[in-house]
Amino acid sequence: MTATASRRTGAPIYEGTRIPSPIPTVLHTPPGVQATGDVQTINFGPNHPSTHGVLRLIVDLYGEDVTGVEAVIGYLHTGFEKNMEQKTWWKCITYPERIDYVSFQNNEYVFVGAVEKLLDLEIPPKATWMRTLLCELNRIHSHLVWLGTSALELGAISMFWYAFREREQILDLFELVTGYRMHTRYFQIGGLAEDIPRGFYPECRKFTDWMPNAIDDYETLLTRNKIWLERTEGLGLLSAADAIALGQSGPVLRASGVDWDLRRTQPYLAYHQVDFRVPVFPEGDVYARYRVHMQEMRESVRIVEQCLDRLESMEGEPWIADDRKVVLPPRHELHTSMESLIHHFKIVTEGFRVPEGEVYYAIESPRGELGCYLCSDGGAKPWRVKFRAPSFVALQATATCMTDALIADMIAIVGSLDTVMGEVDR
Amino acid sequence: MYEGTPGFVEERVAHGETTVVVEPAQLVDAGRHLRDEEGFNFLSDITAVDYLGWGKAGVSGYIGTAAGRDLNTPMTQGYQVVPLAKPKRFAVNYHLLSITESPRRVRLQVWLDEGEPVATVIPVWPTADWHEREAWDLMGVAIEGHPNLKRILLDDDWEGHPLRKDYPLGGEPVRFSGEE
Repeated sequence: MTATASRRTGAPIYEGTRIPSPIPTVLHTPPGVQATGDVQTINFGPNHPSTHGVLRLIVDLYGEDVTGVEAVIGYLHTGFEKNMEQKTWWKCITYPERIDYVSFQNNEYVFVGAVEKLLDLEIPPKATWMRTLLCELNRIHSHLVWLGTSALELGAISMFWYAFREREQILDLFELVTGYRMHTRYFQIGGLAEDIPRGFYPECRKFTDWMPNAIDDYETLLTRNKIWLERTEGLGLLSAADAIALGQSGPVLRASGVDWDLRRTQPYLAYHQVDFRVPVFPEGDVYARYRVHMQEMRESVRIVEQCLDRLESMEGEPWIADDRKVVLPPRHELHTSMESLIHHFKIVTEGFRVPEGEVYYAIESPRGELGCYLCSDGGAKPWRVKFRAPSFVALQATATCMTDALIADMIAIVGSLDTVMGEVDR
Repeated sequence: MYEGTPGFVEERVAHGETTVVVEPAQLVDAGRHLRDEEGFNFLSDITAVDYLGWGKAGVSGYIGTAAGRDLNTPMTQGYQVVPLAKPKRFAVNYHLLSITESPRRVRLQVWLDEGEPVATVIPVWPTADWHEREAWDLMGVAIEGHPNLKRILLDDDWEGHPLRKDYPLGGEPVRFSGEE
């Protein structure tokens, strides 16, 4: 049954489960097909433009049909988690944003948020709203990169230029606030590293006024585009039950008809105070994942606008907590107070202590549930850091989504899972 | 609250999170119970932690206040505070989530000695596949009954498990740096 038909009848995406057994992540060629002798095994990647990084797929082909697939990862493993065990909490903040280099603000926040949870630290409202704003801008940025590259892989090259046009505007905004276009390290334990610069609000308003028009442009190019529909509709099917069993989250889960968004169900930051819709599409195919991404960008623009409304009335409020245990003293004090100078020196060199304990802090990153597990022995360095990377989990669904796929669809399917290999391999 | 879990050892609540410790031998039963009876249908993550050397050195450090160094808390004067002892070397944490009308989380925890195996939870949550391979690859947790237990992030011929605390930093030996 095609996805369009199931949308009309409300029937399940498919009956039963398609998760391969006994290995849930490896699709084996059926012995009957293997016996024909016409199955050829090809190696796809790890260096291939459409793998969004360095993903290797071992694919069994019977003609153009994909009969078996296994994903091989690890080509970008850099040992972030081991590295972070050697650094003070303060220095660790720069690592998570490099794990998922497309949604850096969200990754930065999940680590900072987890440390704050261990510290039981109260964050000033201005910082909370600014973090929400930046996380949402970052979500649009991440979705734009996804949209541009995924469409490019299917031949829609102009989409790439359109998406990167707006991406550039977002990066300019990040540069305005933090001084860096990517890997901003703007979130500090306790709040923000610096106050929000003058001129940010009007520039951000310009962007939020323009962005809905840009999304209209994208949708004009793709949403009813005959070729786009043929390449995406009814492909890479994943039922709601299989999606949950395979741990899928974010747009992939919502495109399988599960109404689940951590911003709504377990709110963090200021998400319980903003109004937004959670787009859910029941078809479970590549096209539904595309629709979810597009709708989410529209909702993110709305959230950014609401954050701006709040922030504009917070002029002069503190942007970082007044807690000398973890927060650096204000710059001007260093010139007049010996204690503050010592304090500054101690926090930067020795690092502050974080109470003993373990936490798991999860947020809704553009790719889904991004979790950070922290274990502290009470010292100045983490005992263990672990990231629950949504891309790592999303790739586990490759085998299930690839059931009955053609080799040409493989690009569309892997692309629709929206993986960033830096995050998969960490 | 979760006393009915098979193999239940203890339940802790800290930082607003519930941890349920169970006997490793009954992990799969406990998982099945939590999934079917308590509604934890979603396995977010599996994290293995190595506690080798935990509390050996003790921790001390700087505690600041608005007025400067806090002289009244012992560990700021060089005294050490030793964290609570752990029962065994490795902890494996299964972070569970309930995607239902009443969303909640729980951490299922088992404690293992070195080389002590733990059963795979793939039959309960298929997403455990790669998480368990990662726990084996980086931490050397022996997963019993996993259908495809091989290294996932490191090379197939890699020696050792780098996230263990006794794994040497800068693991690759550097030539001419010793007494040769």
